[in-house]
Amino acid sequence: MSLVSVESLSKSYREIRAVDDFSFAVDQGEIYALVGPDGAGKTTIIRTLCGLINPDSGVAMIDGLDCQRKFESIKPILGYMPQVFSLYPDLTVTENLTFYGGIYGVVGEDYRTRVEYLYRFSNLKPFADRRAQALSGGMKQKLALSCALMHQPRILILDEPTTGVDPLSRRQFWEILLELKKQGVTIIVSTPYMDEVARSDRACFVFKGKKLAEGTPAALPGLFEGSLYFCDCRPTVQTLEALNQVSNVQARRFGGGIHVYLRKDVTLPDIATELTRAGFDTGGFRPIRPDLEDCFIQLMEES
Amino acid sequence: MTERPAVTIDNLSRHFDSFKAVDGISLEVTSGETFGFLGANGAGKTTTIRMLCGLLAPTSGSGTVAGFDIYRQAEEIKKSIGYMSQKFSLYPDLTGKENLSFYGAAYGMNGSSIASRTEELAERLDLHDFIDRPTRSLPVGWRQRLALGVSLLHRPRILFLDEPTSGVDPVFRRKFWKILYELAEEGVTVFVTTHYMDEAEYCGRISIMHQGKIVEVGQPFELIQKHRAENLEELFINLINGREAANAEA
Ligand SMILES: Nc1ncnc2c1ncn2[C@@H]1O[C@H](COP(=O)(O)OP(=O)(O)OP(=O)(O)O)[C@@H](O)[C@H]1O
Ligand SMILES: [Mg+2]
Repeated sequence: MSLVSVESLSKSYREIRAVDDFSFAVDQGEIYALVGPDGAGKTTIIRTLCGLINPDSGVAMIDGLDCQRKFESIKPILGYMPQVFSLYPDLTVTENLTFYGGIYGVVGEDYRTRVEYLYRFSNLKPFADRRAQALSGGMKQKLALSCALMHQPRILILDEPTTGVDPLSRRQFWEILLELKKQGVTIIVSTPYMDEVARSDRACFVFKGKKLAEGTPAALPGLFEGSLYFCDCRPTVQTLEALNQVSNVQARRFGGGIHVYLRKDVTLPDIATELTRAGFDTGGFRPIRPDLEDCFIQLMEES
Repeated sequence: MTERPAVTIDNLSRHFDSFKAVDGISLEVTSGETFGFLGANGAGKTTTIRMLCGLLAPTSGSGTVAGFDIYRQAEEIKKSIGYMSQKFSLYPDLTGKENLSFYGAAYGMNGSSIASRTEELAERLDLHDFIDRPTRSLPVGWRQRLALGVSLLHRPRILFLDEPTSGVDPVFRRKFWKILYELAEEGVTVFVTTHYMDEAEYCGRISIMHQGKIVEVGQPFELIQKHRAENLEELFINLINGREAANAEA
């Protein structure tokens, strides 16, 4: 049996269906990512798992126990970091860490080891005596993450943990998550970063309360329909508009170039004349494999 | 449009007690440029932006924004720039429209010009679907579009955006950047911080800050080549990691 399972979960707020007949299961030691736009329902799902929301129907279970009725028994094995985590602004970095260590009963030598371990990604050691309110946005977020990781629960649920965190710290934070996974910790994480999705074991695309797709990061791009080209030209508004005028084509900026999507059953030769007429050199179109983001965007737009 | 610099910074510093949050940085941003102001957490980006917007006094050095001096002409600067802070700055209980009216009045606009400008921005930024809802209930992506609207009310020629897309999903981020791109094509200078390296690639030039200093500046493509990196993400990670390691040894 899966360690975490959600079955036919539904929750509405007034007329809005935040979560709509949603099911998924996560095994022990897996990193499972929930990806989707704001308001897709990720936070509602997460809060239901953490016993904070009563669903209208369906059930959320952890370790065989109902998250709504048996939450007291689940609590000791669960670590949860909400989207907005409260630090004590007038306490220093150390004082915040000590405080949360105390809550989780991590003291003495255990506490010191843990704090040193967490400094590896947070780089907050030189600022140990600074009050939380004087930290930068990303430093606050990293302190919040460290507080949530003061103890080592069997299941860790993180709601967009890396918002505002710089690329290096994000990578180092994920190294810690991967280490926890190795030690058997199960992690459910919501994120808007596709590179984080790529590092998880399985991911689920959530949109308008429903599950759009689920699978390993390697398999998900396979759901992309049609073909994809990279156009090595400056992605100005005019260029993009010109490309989008061509039938069966959709163009989007990607880094310094453009991703050109051809609808299913359409090939580059089919539209070559039209492209040339619009001033493009089809020789500059290189076929590429869709990535997670291409797939995500397509699934979202089609639903 | 001329080649007049929108922003000049010369040896600018800001200390908090003995801590050098911004440590003698120099930079020039040309009118109409989209400039990505990147850096590690705590590098001093927000502190710099607050000095440039006339919200925080520098410790030393000098700077101008839109030709105005950051020490003596803070009021003129505030009138000529739009600023989106890293923190949520809208009134959560007010609707989008009410927020726009409130800030419009603060800029000294009259009722009818607020109304017409609101209509224009709603059209332009695609705010119609949610402009009458209290902002607290809105997804971050929408709130950020509204906040951008507020910062554009008085038609500033220079925009300072501090992490405008943090916590925003890829589709919303694309919409947001499309708007920035259009503004840039109209000649608006966009000075923006972000931790998304794909966005950084959209910028004409970027700088990378670490511990109060600017450690790199140039065109994204040029910097990637110079450092023989795969992409900006790798460049950023290697650069900052290298400096952290050097610090640890010293
Ligand atoms: N009022 C203050 N007192 C003491 N230190 C401060 C104060 N304000 C900022 N700092 C420090 O200055 C440094 C730079 O902070 P700043 O907010 O400018 O960083 P940032 O580059 O914007 O980072 P982030 O990417 O996390 O937003 C940080 O170490 C921060 O803790
Ligand atoms: Mg900042």
